[in-house]
Amino acid sequence: MDGKRISLPLTDEVIDTLRVGDKVLLSGEMTVARDAAHKRIYEAILSGEEPPVDLKGAVIYYMGPSPAREDRPIGSAGPTTSGRMDKYTPTFLSLGVRATVGKGARSAEVTEAIVKNHAVYFAAVGGCGALLSKCITSSRVICYPDLGAEAVLRITVEDFPVIVAVDCTGSSIY
Amino acid sequence: MREVSVKTLTEEIATAVMWINFNLEPDTASAFCRIALAERDPVAREVMEQLAKNLEVASKEQIPICQDTGMAVVFLEVGQDVHFTDGDLYTAVNEGVRKGYVEGFLRKSVVSDPFDRVNTGDNTPAVIHTDIVPGDKVKVTVSAKGFGSENKSRLFMLNPADGEEGVRAAVLQTVREAGASACPPMTLGVGIGGNFEKCALMAKHALLREKGESAANERDARLERELLDEINKTGIGPAGLGGDTTALAVNVETCPTHIAGLPVAVNVCCHVNRHKTIII
Repeated sequence: MDGKRISLPLTDEVIDTLRVGDKVLLSGEMTVARDAAHKRIYEAILSGEEPPVDLKGAVIYYMGPSPAREDRPIGSAGPTTSGRMDKYTPTFLSLGVRATVGKGARSAEVTEAIVKNHAVYFAAVGGCGALLSKCITSSRVICYPDLGAEAVLRITVEDFPVIVAVDCTGSSIY
Repeated sequence: MREVSVKTLTEEIATAVMWINFNLEPDTASAFCRIALAERDPVAREVMEQLAKNLEVASKEQIPICQDTGMAVVFLEVGQDVHFTDGDLYTAVNEGVRKGYVEGFLRKSVVSDPFDRVNTGDNTPAVIHTDIVPGDKVKVTVSAKGFGSENKSRLFMLNPADGEEGVRAAVLQTVREAGASACPPMTLGVGIGGNFEKCALMAKHALLREKGESAANERDARLERELLDEINKTGIGPAGLGGDTTALAVNVETCPTHIAGLPVAVNVCCHVNRHKTIII
């Protein structure tokens, strides 16, 4: 896939230029977290603790990879359904998350929070886990290793293909 | 009485769960390319090309087609003249699933309890459905069902007065609500009739049908064609980003039901409809 090349972390200026439907190739670092990790981080925040993962400026990819073979940084690594994280997303965005990456529509509350916090939601193609894994050059567990496939990872991506699904004005592709 | 060692099942199931996670039927990638060419929307074309390429990479490099390598669902059709030896049948089936998911670097997605949610670490237990049939063979169908699409599946207890129109509306509603989360182009397994659990099981079983095959009776085959046409007019498209191809197939199964009811179950499957049948 072609598209506009963007380096992470995202700046306000870059977010301003992104419009729904734009094809984008992301390069840089992303934080990987899905259902169980979101629940734990959210509960830590609610109980007044410092979030165990740095959310400031983060790009969160909703994903749980298959195990890596010996010679690969990661296994299959496509997006999971973003809607399951909707409950937590407004809080995460208010704490500095700049972008989320997943598949499928977001709730009205999330869209509102995206506008309010000047953020963006990207969609990756669901079911493309083998192909997307080729854009991931490194991966390490940074939090909750006991969660297995749901542990929090820091990954480095190169030309990772996504589409702007909700832009900072609140327009949605779905 | 024919003796069948359950160890054979373990080995066959282990091989099958690995195979289905790396490969779809050989002509699927080229079918996706043909769909790409027919799509009018450039994004839809590009998505279908990506899906085709994904299949090639998965097969060539033995990377799972999708990171959600599914919950294993195993259908057993056991001939009544078969005598199983060397151990417990269901233990052997689960051992095959465990072996396949561990040795194949497949994701372990099963938790031991819906509330405690502790991962079992080996993707067991499988969901096992058993039928006793005439003969001395064992037919094992292994499928790996991802939950992006499973979560979008629905069951409707309609009234007889709702008829075919009600069934169509139920299927269309399910597809619209599934949207991008179900990783279209989807395959829909539709069970109509029976009771609450029977129609759900028919919907699941309908997904196991060979590609390109339609329902045995003409009425159901017509319903499948018409539903597919209606679904593809929704414009949801590949990956839910818009386009002409929202579903690849609609597979309908029907069976006798009660005078008071018209149960309909829609089991949604993503574009990766993984299953394989072995006859022992």
